[in-house]
Amino acid sequence: MMIAEAGAFALMLALALSIAQTGLSIAARLRRSTVLAGAGEGAALGAFLGVAVAFAALVTAFVTSDFSVANVAANSHSQKPLLYRIAGAWGSHEGSMLLWCLALTGFGAAAAGLGRSLPRGLRSVTVATQGMLGVVFLAYTVFASNPLMRLAEPPVEGRSLNPLLQDPALALHPPFLYAGYVGMSVVFSFAVAALVEGRVDAAWARWVRPWTLAAWSFLTLGIMLGSFWAYYELGWGGWWFWDPVENASFMPWLVAAALLHSAVVTEKRGALPGWTVFLALAAFTFSMLGAFLVRSGVLTSVHAFAVDPTRGVLLLMILGVTAGAGFALFAWRAPSLPQGGVFAPVSRESALVLNNILLTAATATVLLGTLFPLIREAATGDAISVGPPYFNLTFTPLMAALLILLPAGPLLAWKRGDARGVMQRLWLAALIAFGAGLLTIALVSPRKALGAAGVALGAWLIAGALAEILERVRAFRAPASESWRRLWGLPRGAWGMTLAHLGLGVFVLGAVFETTWKVEAAETLPIGGALDAGAYHVTLDAIEAVEGANYEAERGAVTVTRDGEVICRAAPERRLYTAGGQTTSEVGLCYRGMSHVYVVLGERRDGGPEPVWLVRAYWNPWASLIFIGPAIMALGGFVSLSDRRLRLGVGGRREARA
Amino acid sequence: MSWLPKSPKARRRLMLVAAIAPVLAVAAGLTLWGLSDSISFFYTPSQAEAARPAPGRSIQLGGLVAAGSVVKHPDGRVEFTVADQDAEDRVLFQGDLPDLFREGQGVVAIGAFREDGVFEAKRVLAKHDERYMPREVSKALKEQGEWYGDGQRPEHQGDVL
Repeated sequence: MMIAEAGAFALMLALALSIAQTGLSIAARLRRSTVLAGAGEGAALGAFLGVAVAFAALVTAFVTSDFSVANVAANSHSQKPLLYRIAGAWGSHEGSMLLWCLALTGFGAAAAGLGRSLPRGLRSVTVATQGMLGVVFLAYTVFASNPLMRLAEPPVEGRSLNPLLQDPALALHPPFLYAGYVGMSVVFSFAVAALVEGRVDAAWARWVRPWTLAAWSFLTLGIMLGSFWAYYELGWGGWWFWDPVENASFMPWLVAAALLHSAVVTEKRGALPGWTVFLALAAFTFSMLGAFLVRSGVLTSVHAFAVDPTRGVLLLMILGVTAGAGFALFAWRAPSLPQGGVFAPVSRESALVLNNILLTAATATVLLGTLFPLIREAATGDAISVGPPYFNLTFTPLMAALLILLPAGPLLAWKRGDARGVMQRLWLAALIAFGAGLLTIALVSPRKALGAAGVALGAWLIAGALAEILERVRAFRAPASESWRRLWGLPRGAWGMTLAHLGLGVFVLGAVFETTWKVEAAETLPIGGALDAGAYHVTLDAIEAVEGANYEAERGAVTVTRDGEVICRAAPERRLYTAGGQTTSEVGLCYRGMSHVYVVLGERRDGGPEPVWLVRAYWNPWASLIFIGPAIMALGGFVSLSDRRLRLGVGGRREARA
Repeated sequence: MSWLPKSPKARRRLMLVAAIAPVLAVAAGLTLWGLSDSISFFYTPSQAEAARPAPGRSIQLGGLVAAGSVVKHPDGRVEFTVADQDAEDRVLFQGDLPDLFREGQGVVAIGAFREDGVFEAKRVLAKHDERYMPREVSKALKEQGEWYGDGQRPEHQGDVL
């Protein structure tokens, strides 16, 4: 059983290789040597393989329940199902840092391997920067948070992973989230390289975009999975709580979304180079801030898991040094960056600038709200919390303004746009949106104007995205065959954008509808008792005891009826995990189209004439759209990523290789 | 528009400022309003005694659930006492307690005091993770010198803060 030692050694090796990667790449840049550059890239690949071996060793230790490894003993249990034994590898602070390093070196190796068409200097500096990030995070993992440490006296049984984390969505949530978080590191390295080389041009922006797209798409999926998990596992009937941990993942997402748009301007028009570089640095800074906030426990969160405040200080130092160096370089070099092309007030560029202003302002309000408890505590000593009312008041109006303007953006021409032309192309979409709002007021009770406006906004986004596609294929203006041919000829990038905007609309519809018109009911029910959630009648038919793999549960048999007709049967559970002595709720979900009946079985109350159970039932209309929307957005990101224009080399820059 | 600056560079800068200023003003205004109006204060029972938050004002009350104080009524109401070293408050909650709610452990109740001094909770929070206490609770208790850890994992007592 030397697997853990082999893994720990591989991790050490990866650290050494990252140092070599940095040194060789810097030397390659200084001496303009292809041999050294190749060696640096080789080291990047080696570092990735080293971390991969370490990670495989950790997963093996978890799968085989090797409790002589401290991390396994603290976070696993031999009776856990296989999936959760594997997921346990990233369920703790140490393991998740290793996953972070795996993603970091993986992206580093990918950037080194796929960067063949980059100018040599830019490529060497990128690989060197990525190497430095690798050194910092690997050193932290090896020396401060090594998951492969042995215990002197191994226990017979592990302490088990927190049962709330034993869930398929949450097993997958960290890998996606980290692929997103850490994907921004490549963008960060590219920005540093651009500043060092003093060139931020169309070719550079074209290189940054696919990495941003990939990271953003992964982050979208990661956040969506986390939200879906919170929705059905916490049993609170909600899917977003504006909790610091949620905000920590949302801020890099917002910045990356802004970066995606500003990079387009830099690529197509050479404008906003400094701003794009700034956002590229900011995106990974927010990722690191997120890692720090989540792990240090400085903010009170309902989702804090792998918290370890002593290590928080180290992470804060890494954040300070890395981001500080990046932004210092920016302050030094940015003034020498070239100025971009000019554009009229009404133009695609202006629309994208406005998009960036609004996204940045929204990010700032989220950041302030997230950190305000810390600021306030430092200033006055008061412990306070900033909850959903603050974010609804600040974030939502800014976003609403952004979404109202969104459909116009893609229809505007570069350089000088035609506002009247855009309005002509969007009148149908506006009519559809207006109609959707009116229909909502007419049909949905209780009548709520704000909710109807939100539905109109969602419809506006969807119709606007479709209008943009119709415009591109000149539908109804050119012959049908011509339109059809154009539709197939559309670049994937265009489809990606349309899908992302459409997904946003779908999400807005779901979020608004669910938030505005959800119905909640809670009662204590004896066997045979019933309660009503909206039009749905929820009857508790029976309670049975169930024995799971590593838990005991009470399972309710619940029948949901509407107007006397049986809609579905749900089986909400209340589980007691024997290993940790914790109870969790498994929500019973009935899907009604896009809407859910959501039933939570609470605790048993004795003391009355017969035992009763606390049962909560929610009617969550259109709730599926909340999760389908982001999935469509991420799909858009991946479709766009498959566009061959992004994969091709940077065209005119080839001479750099000669 | 003769009052606009002549050079395209200056014009662009003016345009940018014209676009940024209103967004910034709206964002700053909303933020200030939000931070003055929709934050909620955290108190332990003795801090609440000193601060006397107005009845009906939403606050967070945190402390330890006093041992033996939990009364679960068959109609779904729960009563329990949240205590720190010097004071305690009776909390009334209608609904399902969080999965990790235990006597002797730290909780945060979100809600408001009634006129009669009973705290009516809209939501009760315990942690997902049984190893840690809500941060404000552990901090406030530490300041009062009453910190035992929550007994489940003694080796973690030292580094909770």
